[in-house]
Order: sequence, then structure tokens, then C-alpha cells
Amino acid sequence: MAQSTTAAAPALHPVPGWRAGPFAELAGPVEGAELVGEVNRCLYCHDAPCTRACPTGIDVPAFIRKLATGNRRGAARVILEANILGASCARVCPTEVLCEGACVHLLDQGRPIPIGRLQRTATDWALARGCLPFGPGKATGRRVAVVGAGPAGLACAAELARLGESVTMYDARERPGGLSTHGMAEYKMTADLALREVEWVTGLGVELKLGQRIGEEPAWGTLLAAHDALFLAVGLPRAVALGVPGETLPGVRQALDFIEELKLDPARAKRAAGRRVVVVGGGNTAVDAATQAKRLGAERVTVVYRRGLGEMPAFRYEIDLLRGDGCELRLETMPVRIEGRRRVERIVCQRAELGGPGPDGRRVPRAVPGTDLAIEADLVIAALGQRLDEGALAGIPGLAFANGRVVVDAATRRTGNPKVWAGGDCVNGGAEAVHAVADGREAARSIHAALSEA
Amino acid sequence: MADLSLDFCGIRSPNPFWLASGPPTNSGDQVARAFEAGWGGAVWKTIGEPIVNVSSRYGGLDLGTARMAGFNNVELITDRPMEVNFREITEVKKRFPDRAVIASLMVESKRAAWHDVVARSQDAGADGIELNFGCPHGMSERGMGAAVGQVPEYCGRITGWAKERAKIPVIVKLTPNVTDIVRPARAAAAAGADALSLINTVNSLIGVDLDTLAPLPTVRGQGSHGGYCGPAVKPIALHMVSTVCGDREIRVPVSAIGGIATWRDAAEFIALGAASLQVCTAVMHHGFRIVEDMIDGLSAYLDEKGLTLASLRGKAAKNVRRWEELDLNYRVVAAIDHRRCIGCQLCYVACNDGAHQAIGLRPWAELGIEGPAPASMTGAGVPVIIEDACVGCNLCSLVCPVPGCIRMEDRSGTADRKSFLDYQAAGETPRAAGQRQRKTGEG
Repeated sequence: MAQSTTAAAPALHPVPGWRAGPFAELAGPVEGAELVGEVNRCLYCHDAPCTRACPTGIDVPAFIRKLATGNRRGAARVILEANILGASCARVCPTEVLCEGACVHLLDQGRPIPIGRLQRTATDWALARGCLPFGPGKATGRRVAVVGAGPAGLACAAELARLGESVTMYDARERPGGLSTHGMAEYKMTADLALREVEWVTGLGVELKLGQRIGEEPAWGTLLAAHDALFLAVGLPRAVALGVPGETLPGVRQALDFIEELKLDPARAKRAAGRRVVVVGGGNTAVDAATQAKRLGAERVTVVYRRGLGEMPAFRYEIDLLRGDGCELRLETMPVRIEGRRRVERIVCQRAELGGPGPDGRRVPRAVPGTDLAIEADLVIAALGQRLDEGALAGIPGLAFANGRVVVDAATRRTGNPKVWAGGDCVNGGAEAVHAVADGREAARSIHAALSEA
Repeated sequence: MADLSLDFCGIRSPNPFWLASGPPTNSGDQVARAFEAGWGGAVWKTIGEPIVNVSSRYGGLDLGTARMAGFNNVELITDRPMEVNFREITEVKKRFPDRAVIASLMVESKRAAWHDVVARSQDAGADGIELNFGCPHGMSERGMGAAVGQVPEYCGRITGWAKERAKIPVIVKLTPNVTDIVRPARAAAAAGADALSLINTVNSLIGVDLDTLAPLPTVRGQGSHGGYCGPAVKPIALHMVSTVCGDREIRVPVSAIGGIATWRDAAEFIALGAASLQVCTAVMHHGFRIVEDMIDGLSAYLDEKGLTLASLRGKAAKNVRRWEELDLNYRVVAAIDHRRCIGCQLCYVACNDGAHQAIGLRPWAELGIEGPAPASMTGAGVPVIIEDACVGCNLCSLVCPVPGCIRMEDRSGTADRKSFLDYQAAGETPRAAGQRQRKTGEG
């Protein structure tokens, strides 16, 4: 199908929205001749595998067909109705294991449709217009509280607003957006974009209250009494410590703090940039921290991971990024202590021996004595993951926890407290933004259905 | 290499590929470069009293990434003086004596005017002349072009005038904008035409600019119907060429025109009876160089099949029949090669929504294929043919994006033919054998 002849032809150079320098975005939207080629290469599959692979179920063939006919507004609507954070997800989703990993063209052409970048093309339309292609629903007169203004909370709030519920969203930070604002590698997504998506949600009539530590003030009981339902999207606020001597030395930092500083105060981050950096951990956040440190100008960045390559939780694509940036990867290596007089000078590691499977089924690493390896470092970044703060949720009656997660009904996302739903990282233990969005949207539909029945 | 040389009603050329009358043959310089590239002949941009053209002139119909799958124009005949065109014909013919140079002509419908222009063409050294009875826009309103081609009587009369003076072969170019192409074709042949060429362009309006609401191509906010050509018109041309070639009363050779872009297109027209091929839009799109593969590919095809240009000509014509002669005992069903299937389900949705509900979905595990399902086929069903319901319509194999994945297999069970005519002759009513009886009627 031909693109509409009336669509304004975008300039070829520079690609709109691209920034130069080490924190330039990795991938831009698809435009011009590439757009015509890719939207027409899409087969418009029936019961499409890409849609089935999307946690939010975006009707990918439908939005690509709309791009093909020059209906960008419709394309943006299809995406944003399914996923209010469609613009962020276009940038940060691990598309190679989701939609693009299921594309039929992997089988016959070895090259999937660039769905993530096409989604960016479509959502850029909405960003350029500065508004959503839909508005709030007819008011029901009911009130719902959403605690946590990260991806899950935003998705829940937006869907509730579209269903006519009156929503107040609380967040402990002074800046909304959760990990969207604070935790995405800068070359994937800027804080500015996350804040613009928050504005879309508040534009649907959602009230936003920042700097609110629920449980302290107001108390959970007060909040529950004032609302018909409550959605918990508090994430995993506590960083896992390294648990080795010397980790309180200046120069030892948590990965999310490091990434947040770079995003919100880049001048300060540049001053504090390390020359020789060691990142401990093997997940996507470890990769983000390492590549950001390298792009800030570190001479040497070493990622230390205690298991093997195949066990790294980071996606293959992320590990390729790490290597492409010239970071060193030391596998089956674990830190035993951090040394330094006034601040960190080196991290001492030992070879890790992998024993039998642990409770999570993965092999348990043990340090092998006498295999000390000292790595000079002026910055050590811990990226061992995040934990739930169960204590902060203690004031909610009926809430149950298992494996450091809030327990919910899988279909409805409702907790043991009939007035409370939960989703996102605090329920799934830490996953992608798109999973959080799916949780939030499904919880909103469940809340609306439950309240409508009552 | 197969010998591709041709004697077309006395016009000789080293291969059957000629440039059709149009923008690529507007000047001696272009025709000379075309001959250097290998074209066997050229029909000069139509010569007549010079006209003034509009700007803009062309419109394209894009299909996906394919630009100009269809093409139209509101350009008229040459805008250069007659004497310049004839002088350049003489020059080109002198430089390329072995190539066919044919003067396309269009003048007002007066005997003297035709006599004059025919005489000047042969004096210039043209190998033949082509009477443009086809141009559907601009000239037709002035009583020329398609205005002649659409009236068999005029067609025959002007052909007669040209033949009165012509010592070189006269080709009559026909318009497709008629109900029955055979009638003007017979009229021209009866009046002495040495050959026919078809099709000229089809009446068309190629699009509307949705911002200005002006037709395309646009001339200061307005547009007009134009002549449609390019790959999209090939099926119309194939049908008309095959009809004219198959007509018992018409015994002159046919030069085929209409969407020819490759040696394959050419071979199809030849197999239906065409003797020479004329190309315009494909050259406007990709230049004179395309002729190299047309020659190379056609030669290789003829060699591979053990054919010659002459023996291929008309070889498919006997297989073109009326519907009532087709065998009702013949039955094919679709077969999907699941090792090639990519799981797009286009066949499934096409068959269920657009055809005969003969494709279902089954889990990969039930197909008995070794190995795990590919990522695109996990969770969803894999298309399978329901043979009892399959009418053998081809639709699934046409929408399938993977070459060779869906084939049509013969399930006739008998070699006996029985057509609708056979049934009628036997006083019987045809009944579908082995096919599910449909409750609802369809066309």
C-alpha cells in the first residue's frame, strides 16, 4: 500500500529527535524511504505473533497499516490505548525478545520488522502534538488511589481515568515517573520524555501528589478510608547491598543512584565520573551503569559477574552494547572486599566456583580462596538488584508476601485485601516497563469492574 | 544464444524489442542511445502538427514499495516541428541501418494530410509507419487518436488513405477504450493494414491530491483524464492481444504493447501470438539499459525450452478457450508445506473471510513435524487445509508471502474431460463431484 501522497515528507538529515554525542539515542524513528519499505514489508499477519508477544497486546499490524496509509493519529491511538507509555516502551522495550523476536520475517528473511522504531514513529506524532488521541471517560464519581507514579502506577491511573474513575496518584519522590524518569540509560530514553508521558496521564484528569510517603503520612488506613480502591505500584525501593567489607567507603555507589544522577544532574555526574570503574552484577542495570560510566569518559570499565555468560540476566543485545562500548566483562568472579584509605582504591575479587542449584534453580557461586584478583577502581557500582520494602506496606491489612513480592491474583491483580490491587515490580520482582504497564492496565480494568458491580 | 532477429511484415530488426512511441523516442539523440543499448527498433514519438503540452503531465500509482506499478499521462504527440523529426529519423537510420525505425503519425482526418505525412515519412527513410489511432486524451477531442480508433469505419478509412500512398509497411495502433477490440482491428486489417499494434493507453484518472483536492497530475489545481499504462495494464493488453491474434479474420502480425517490462512479459505476449514487443513505461522508469536482460533472458528461455522465436509465437494461444470449454472434472486443492510456513496466517484469514472457509488452525504439535514450533507459531494455530471444503480457488497460494509454501495439487481422480459444453451436448446438468455443497449462493 502506498503512503498517502499528502503526508509531509520528512527531512532526511538530521533524523528528528536525535542528539549528538556519547549519550545520543541508539535508534531513531523510521522515516522516509525506510518507512515506506518497512511498513510495506510488514505482512499484516492475522492473529499476529508480535501482538501476542507484547505484554500489553498492542495491535502491531494495525498500527503499522495505519502508518502505511499515512494515518499517524490512528497509529498513535492504537498504541497508546493499549499502552499509555507506548513512547517509552518504543525506546526501552527489549523488542528482540518480545514483538520483534516473534516476527514471522525472522523465519523467511532473517530480519524482523523494526516494530520498536515504528512504534516510535507513531508515538512521536502524539509527542509532537503534545496530547493524547483520546480523553477521560464519563465520571463515575468513585475515587481510586494509586500509590507509586512509575510505569505500573501511570498505566493504572490512565486506564482508570479513561474508565471514568477519579484518580489520585501518590509518589514518594519529588519527581514522578519512577524508573522511567530515574532509571533508564540516557541513550535509551531521557527523563524529559518520561515526564511528558506523566503529563499525558495528568492531562486525563489524574491528580498527582508528590513527596508523599504513604504509611507515614498519610497512614494506609486513612488512604484506604478515603478511596473506593487502591492500586499499589511501589516498586522495589531497596537496593541489594554488596555485603563485603569496605562497601561503605566513599566511591562505592548503587547503580540506580548513579544512573539517576546522570539523568537529573549530568554536570555533577560528570564531575564525579570515575576513571577506573568496576560494576558488580550481571543484569540490564549493570550494563546500563557500565555503558554510562564508559560514555562519561572512564578509561576502564570492568563488569564483574559471579556466574557464567549464559546465566547473565542481561539480554544478549545489552551484553553486545557492553562489549561495543569497550567494557571488560569478568565472569565467574565475585568481590570479597573493597579496599582504600579515605575512599575506594581497589576491589578484591576471587574466582567463583559454581556449585549445585540454589532455591531459584540457578547454580550457587562460592568464592575460591587463594584466587585473589585486585582491580584498581575509583568507583565501584553495585548492581545486584532491588528489594521490596515490606515494612513500608505493613499498615495494609490482609496483604500477603511471598519471595519478597506482593501476592496478587494472577488474573485480576487483586491482593488479599479486597480494596487493594497491586502490580509492577513489587509484584513481579522486577521486570520491564512494558510488564508494569500491562499490570497497571489490567488492574485498572479489574478495579473498574469490581467497583461497577458493587 | 537463440536468434532473436525478426521480420515483422517486412520490417527487419535484430530483436523483437522496440521502443513504443512516447517520451523515450522523442528525439534522435534518445533513439540513438537506445540503439546503442541494444533496442531492436523504435517507434518515433507521434509526429503531427506540433502541439503545446501542459505542465505537469505524468501521474504514478504506487503499490507498497513498488513505484509506478501504474502510470498515466496527459502528454500529447510531439511538440517538435515535423521537419526536425524527419531529419533526425534520416540521421538515426543512417547510423543504425540494421534497426527498425517506425514513424508514428497522427494528423487531422483529411486524406491530403495523411498522404503528405506518409510520403514524408518514407522519404525520411523510415522502415514503416504506425498510425496512432489510440491516444485517449487531448488529441481525441480534436477528432484524432482514439476518436478514430473507437469508430471502426474511420479506422478503416484512414488506414486506406495511408495505404494509398505508403510503399513501406503500415501498422495500425489500436485503442483499448472500446467494447470489442476485434471490430476496429478487423476494420484496419480489411483496409489493408500490414500489421496491428496494441494496446494504446487506457482512459484513466490516476488520483486526487487530498490536500488540494485536485486530480493528479495537476495543472494549476485542475486535472484531466489521461492514458493509463505500465505493469498494471498488462493483463488487459494480454487479453486484447490474444483476442486479436486468435481472430480468424485478422491475418496480420501484431506488435504487443502494454506493461511489458521484462523478458517474461515479452515471452507471455509472444506465446499468445505477438510478433514484436513495444516498451515505454519501463524505460521511463529505469532507462534504456533494461533491454539487455530482456534479450539475455528471452534467449536463455528459448534455449532452455528448445524453442525459437517463431516456434514460441502463438504456442499458448490454443490453450486460451472460452469458459464453457473448460474441464469441470479437473480439481485441485491447496497443500501447505509447513516446513516453509512462517505463521502469518494470511492464507487463513483470506480463505475464511474472502473465499471458501477451507483453512483451519491446528496446534503445531498436532502436525507431526519434528522440532519445536518457531517463535511465530507458538501459542497460535498453524494453518491447515480442509480438503473437503477446498474448491481449489488459488487464493491462499496467491496471498502466501513465502515462495513455494502453498501449492495446488491435482485431486481430479480422472483424466476424462467434461466441460459445460459436453454436459449440454449430453443433455445433462453439471454437478460438483467431491465438493461440499454450498448452502448459500455465490457468484
